[in-house]
Amino acid sequence: MAASSDLVRMEGIHKSFPGVHALDDCRFELRAGEVHALCGENGAGKSTMMKVLAGIYPKDAGRILFKGQEVEIATPRAARDLGISIIHQELSLMRHLTVAQNIFIGREPRTGPLRMILDEDRINQQTRSLLERLNIRLDPRARIGDLTVASQQMVEIARALSLNTEVLIMDEPTAALTDTEINALFDIIRQLRSHGVGVVHISHRLEELKLIADRVTVMRDGRYVATVITDQAPIDRIISLMVGRTIYEATPEVPEHPSLDVVLEARHLNRGRLVRDVSFQLRRGEILGFAGLVGAGRTEVARVIFGADHLDSGEIFLNGKKLLIHSPRDAVSHGIAYLSEDRKRYGLALGLDVETNTVLAAFEKYLGPLGWVQPARTRATAEAQVRGLAIKTPSLQQKVKNLSGGNQQKVVLAKWLTADASVFIFDEPTRGIDVGAKSEIYRLLNNLAAQGKSIVMISSELPEVLRMSHRILVMCEGRITGELRAGEATQEAVMQYATQRVAQL
Amino acid sequence: MTSAESAVAVAIAQRRSLLHSDAIQRVLAFGALIVLFAIFSVASPNFLQFDNIVGILLATSVNGVLALGVTFVIITGGIDLSVGTVMTLSAVMTAVFISVWHLPLPLGILAGLATGGLAGLVNGSLVARMRIPPFIATLGMLNIAKGLALVISGLKPIYFNDTPEFNRLAMGSIAGGLLEVPNAVFVLFGASIVASLILTRTVLGRYAFALGSNEEATRLSGVNVGRWKAAIYALAGMFSGLGGVLIAARLNSAQPSLGQGYELDAIAAAVIGGTSLSGGEGSILGTVIGAFIISTLTNGLRILSVPQEWQTVVTGGIVILAVYLDIVRRAR
Repeated sequence: MAASSDLVRMEGIHKSFPGVHALDDCRFELRAGEVHALCGENGAGKSTMMKVLAGIYPKDAGRILFKGQEVEIATPRAARDLGISIIHQELSLMRHLTVAQNIFIGREPRTGPLRMILDEDRINQQTRSLLERLNIRLDPRARIGDLTVASQQMVEIARALSLNTEVLIMDEPTAALTDTEINALFDIIRQLRSHGVGVVHISHRLEELKLIADRVTVMRDGRYVATVITDQAPIDRIISLMVGRTIYEATPEVPEHPSLDVVLEARHLNRGRLVRDVSFQLRRGEILGFAGLVGAGRTEVARVIFGADHLDSGEIFLNGKKLLIHSPRDAVSHGIAYLSEDRKRYGLALGLDVETNTVLAAFEKYLGPLGWVQPARTRATAEAQVRGLAIKTPSLQQKVKNLSGGNQQKVVLAKWLTADASVFIFDEPTRGIDVGAKSEIYRLLNNLAAQGKSIVMISSELPEVLRMSHRILVMCEGRITGELRAGEATQEAVMQYATQRVAQL
Repeated sequence: MTSAESAVAVAIAQRRSLLHSDAIQRVLAFGALIVLFAIFSVASPNFLQFDNIVGILLATSVNGVLALGVTFVIITGGIDLSVGTVMTLSAVMTAVFISVWHLPLPLGILAGLATGGLAGLVNGSLVARMRIPPFIATLGMLNIAKGLALVISGLKPIYFNDTPEFNRLAMGSIAGGLLEVPNAVFVLFGASIVASLILTRTVLGRYAFALGSNEEATRLSGVNVGRWKAAIYALAGMFSGLGGVLIAARLNSAQPSLGQGYELDAIAAAVIGGTSLSGGEGSILGTVIGAFIISTLTNGLRILSVPQEWQTVVTGGIVILAVYLDIVRRAR
């Protein structure tokens, strides 16, 4: 097809965040009346690419053509004026407002003096007919906060469609939906396609592609890989395009077998809907991978073990002794460390320097007789850790916020090593970290395991889990649905367990 | 008190799916107001006298008007600490216009409102454009307004001796007859109705809720977040200006040293009435009830001869209790 039929064409797009080159010379094109899927592992840059198109992130370089014209999309408003709408991965609704109020936010029909009075009846009426047209059964006057996540998702979709949309970007719209709801959504998408709308569909569920996508563009590590026509490409081929990296192959594989001593044991842990009857054993020197889709409950399991959330029921044993963990402080005192996926929020005091962060969890060890900190000793410890972990920092006094993602992760690790942790729970240890730095993190994990530390690694990157773990537990909807050994695990097997829903009770 | 409250709580629990937490707090607050009335009526025969009730109404008028403005700001997720001293500055400006420059009364009133609006606009610009946290921006404005009021007045009260009709604006009564309630009370009710309409029927009110609920989502919806935020602070300032005119008329003078501390009563009224300090929830009716609770409490304790220092301690405790209730409801 001629290039002139492109509705959107993005070329040479670059985008960097501190520490990460998120998009590196990326391109993407979208025709009118097609559903174009954007695939890639977590962190491949799909969302970033689409946020550039939707005016949420400014691009560092590159150009965007809309209907053949070069355009600058500097704000969400500019995108909307062009007819580009985005449905975000994280819901972006105002939960205190009603369905109708959310759908019309920013463009409410107004009357009266200064056009300040809201025409609430019209808002509700138009919303009702919009929802009817889309076959969504919701009350326009219902408050968003009272709706289920799936219903909220439908409101997001309705909102995007209520605009005069020519390009609709959906960032993992099906993640929280049931099969029935997904089918309803796909009907809507097909309807839009037949009206000439270009739809970008970002999804992790590869089986969906065959159902809905005309073409698939694959991204990997912030780079464009390939665009294929769905009918001509088997799923295997798409997976290999997504996964096909060389950097992992180069990293050392799983270290020698762990010992048989059970260090940490969880028995029948329960909390809410996302931790249901979870039991597992973690051995000395073992890396235990936790795989599953986003929202499967892996982080929630980590949080109850770390004491960040309370258990509804269940028991936790450390070296055969039952633990009572009521707070992270209890967990830390037993040598359990949690390295959260959001380092910036939970793992580090960003405004403080490397040295302070390193000793932060073990300050008591560095106090003199009168309670003051002994700087010579903290410096010695920090120096040793910086050397041991090869943290790249100009000095110990460097503020942590100025380090790259990979080095920040190492500082968190240094902190827990200083606190003498023996069990490490890594939650997405390589998220937001450059490819090069990832292999270094892997090496660190291997070293820790070789030293007899025990590691739980939660990761949404399948190749990472497969290559790093001795054993893999797969979670789905709060339950452990499968256990795989390093040798026998394949992406397909993990994905099968990860989507193995227990029949709704 | 507990049995009455638990009865209310049961009634609420049955309608839980229909009512939202700010509505629950509103009902609770109204229940508490009635309970307070009951207790004080039993404790002292002087409480339920017509004159005393008028006194409570009058005492509520100024704080109530300030609380209306603060409600808007808190709904956006912000705070306005400057309402008390901006009120004073507005009172002083009104006095300057009327008693020093001998300009007509309407012009003086307008000057008071404009002063408040301007101060609010500065607050809003500091918060929205310069991204200064609302707490700090309005704390700065608290001192700026306080200082300006003292400078402009020359540290001395300005009286409205030449214009007795100004005092009658607040203390006279258009109602007359048996129910001789001062106009200041009607001003509060009028302002409340206006505020309620703005909050529920206009774009300004809608965006106040939207901002407090999810500012980023509001921005991504294409709303000019900065401009609306500034407008909301300016509106709050105008209510402070109205409060200034009201208190000047009531006292028949502009008292430049007054004002500090009023902001806490105003914030307390909003919070007691169900306005959530985390934003996105609140109502004018709730705030007015909250303002009445505070003045009823103060009045009742005074009638029971509780020293003023202790009255302050009690109102402080009530505020903490109200915020705690809000947190408990939210956690469920």
